[in-house]
Amino acid sequence: MPVLCSSCGDKRAVLKRPKTGHSLCKECFFWAFEEEVHQTIVAAELFKHGETVGIAASGGKDSTVLAHVMKLLNERYNYGLELMLLSVDEGITGYRDDSLETVKRNQQQYELPLKIVSYEELYGWTMDAIVKQVGLKNNCTFCGVFRRQALDRGAIMLKVDKICTGHNADDVAETVLMNVLRGDIARLRRCTAISTTSEGEGVVPRCKPLKYAYEKEIVLYAYFKKLDYFSTECIYSPNAYRGYARTFLKDLESIRPSSIMDVIHSGENLSVREGVKMPVQGTCTRCGYISSQALCKSCVLLEGLNRGLPKLGIGKHHRLHDKILSQQPLTEKEERKLKSVDF
Amino acid sequence: MPENCEISAARHAARNAREQHYRLQTEPCARFALWGEKSYSESTYITLLLFRTAIPQASSGVQGCFKEYFIHKFRAMLGKNRIIFPGEKVLLAVSGGPSSCSMLSQVQEGLSQSAHKKLRFLPGIVYIDEGGALGQSLEERQRTVAELQAVFKATGFPFHIVPLEQVLDLPSSVVVTAPSASERPASAYKEAVDHFIQSNSRSGLTPQGQEDTALPDVEESHTQSLQQLIGCAKTLTAREDLLNTIRFAHTLIPLCPPQRQHLLVHTARTEGYSKLMLGDNCTRLAVKLLTSISLGRGAQLAQDTGFSDCRYGDIISVRPMRDYSAKEIAYYNRMFSVPSVFIPSLDTKTTDKASIQRLTESFVTKLQADFPSTVSTIYRTSEKLQTACKSSSTADQCDRCLLCMSTIDTAVENASAFKATLISEKLSQTKSPGATGTEFPGQNPEPTDLKSLMCYSCQLTVKDLIREKIGEFLLVDDDEG
Repeated sequence: MPVLCSSCGDKRAVLKRPKTGHSLCKECFFWAFEEEVHQTIVAAELFKHGETVGIAASGGKDSTVLAHVMKLLNERYNYGLELMLLSVDEGITGYRDDSLETVKRNQQQYELPLKIVSYEELYGWTMDAIVKQVGLKNNCTFCGVFRRQALDRGAIMLKVDKICTGHNADDVAETVLMNVLRGDIARLRRCTAISTTSEGEGVVPRCKPLKYAYEKEIVLYAYFKKLDYFSTECIYSPNAYRGYARTFLKDLESIRPSSIMDVIHSGENLSVREGVKMPVQGTCTRCGYISSQALCKSCVLLEGLNRGLPKLGIGKHHRLHDKILSQQPLTEKEERKLKSVDF
Repeated sequence: MPENCEISAARHAARNAREQHYRLQTEPCARFALWGEKSYSESTYITLLLFRTAIPQASSGVQGCFKEYFIHKFRAMLGKNRIIFPGEKVLLAVSGGPSSCSMLSQVQEGLSQSAHKKLRFLPGIVYIDEGGALGQSLEERQRTVAELQAVFKATGFPFHIVPLEQVLDLPSSVVVTAPSASERPASAYKEAVDHFIQSNSRSGLTPQGQEDTALPDVEESHTQSLQQLIGCAKTLTAREDLLNTIRFAHTLIPLCPPQRQHLLVHTARTEGYSKLMLGDNCTRLAVKLLTSISLGRGAQLAQDTGFSDCRYGDIISVRPMRDYSAKEIAYYNRMFSVPSVFIPSLDTKTTDKASIQRLTESFVTKLQADFPSTVSTIYRTSEKLQTACKSSSTADQCDRCLLCMSTIDTAVENASAFKATLISEKLSQTKSPGATGTEFPGQNPEPTDLKSLMCYSCQLTVKDLIREKIGEFLLVDDDEG
């Protein structure tokens, strides 16, 4: 007895939605998925008519689906947006160069202009070189910090009004869990926001239209629509702390599928006590990027890399900022602490 | 005014004496501080204790210091928060486990005449016998209760043994958040203490006599009903959540699955206690925090894991043991022979993935092994969260969740996880439009019943209840098909 789609009732169901457990046929699933993203965009008022929007594309499933759905909804509902693709090349051989090929193919398929920025040209370091210096444990910090700046720089070069990224519900939930485990109260408050609200030059607001879409559903969508995407994990990621949060979240999902939305709901409703010290947004004294300290994180990390002190930037060392700024040499004890690297 | 000067002078003298006494006690341990980076941190003591078991001679100094540190933390926790006023009746919720028994012994210690700075409240003990919900036999339950009774009798405090089945007996009236006692500002605390010292300095606290409370008889049918109720919850996660809530307060719409929380508050109210003391330790609260997040209880986190919980208005629950890790308590109990009784719970001996609570517990424990600061970091995070405690006179009746009595968090703006879930549900059940997408000829009308009276996570728990089994317990007519 074939199961019928619970939405249209006449076609055979081909999948069971991970989010709600309903059985749906292909067309109804596509429609439900796209409609949800549309509702998210409309309810959160993410875009205004006539804006230029940069889609952060990595060639992976999230950004491919994002590009596809944005183009589709832009036409279907007349958002009036001008879309562009923006990609970051971290310089990871065997991973990023392959996924960039996918992005280039996407560009042709969706007929959208593409801009690629690379770590090499922005910072003078590729991830491969960084990992050689830093080791396999803390490299994700470098990559993440550099990528954020790279995206912003690329957006300025492209002259877009907004960036949208392919972060999905699983990512946001993992971030909430991670911030609780790390005790990062400032990030905990901000991480569930659907769009960033920083003002000032050098910063382009960014948003997550796929915030309420489950990762599994994105995969199903990409699979059934036969979208072209690159599906390998970053080769340097196995030791990231996020992995713990991810395993936990996957287990939670297997017990109760709505857990992912529950975690996001919890994150959205957290309230922080008054009087808790929060960082204040300022600008970096060296490069002018936004920062809550005297030196922005990427300047600190770069300094560490250039001086051969890989641990500068990992861990707390606010007192060293002044020393770095004024080009003073560090004492021997400090140097020794910062040099030690465990592979 | 002369009275006040006397009092403050006396207090100064007392403080100086205390500080000196403390310093003397702690100086001999200075050399042990070398073993750890911070003196008196948990790691130091564990190291010292291990050292001590290996070398029996180096014993009394370490033991003494540890005891001092342990007791001091308890007093500091109570003193810092200034919630328990002198002469107040406080109900200690003892489950028989190591944390609550440790708390009991701390209270005993604090009230004893020889204590350095005596505690000043009047304690009583309550134990909730959940054997019925766990399917234990009558003999097993009586055996456990007898063991605990012996422990309680030895303390000399009045105690109450309440079987969980009592929840079914309680009269139906609407769940009421009783008006809280008039707001007592912090300054009033000092005055209250001074006044108390003056009036009671000679007589001391007269402890309440122990009534001879025999184990109340439990009817077989009640136990069966209780098991049925708990059995209505399909998943272990839901069952644990329900059991937890029923312990505390009292939901008088019997549909609502038994709630541990409700029962504790009800007992406190009927027996005239104004405060409730719970024995949750740091490790357990860290697990509870993560579990709450996973269950969607982000809005109520501060109340679930903070020091004080004032959901019920008149009865305030406090958690004085929240600074102690499970390890410390275990060591203390062993070193100073604090009696405790092991009682299984719903998720004892279940697999990792049996329920969300169980999964979180094993996750935190494993993570703690690799990253030893995990539990304390989570604990610190919980301290920074707000307990948004509205005074019950202004809060509307319908602002409170029916099940867990915390403020409802589903009245959120349009762009939120909750709304997104509702939209998904709608979209998966309607015809895909040939027409525009605005008309939704849904099969079910908007549920106007229980769901709208509950907070986000209690809605999820109720979803897990099997409808047919629940039918006989329903007082409210369910409109859903």
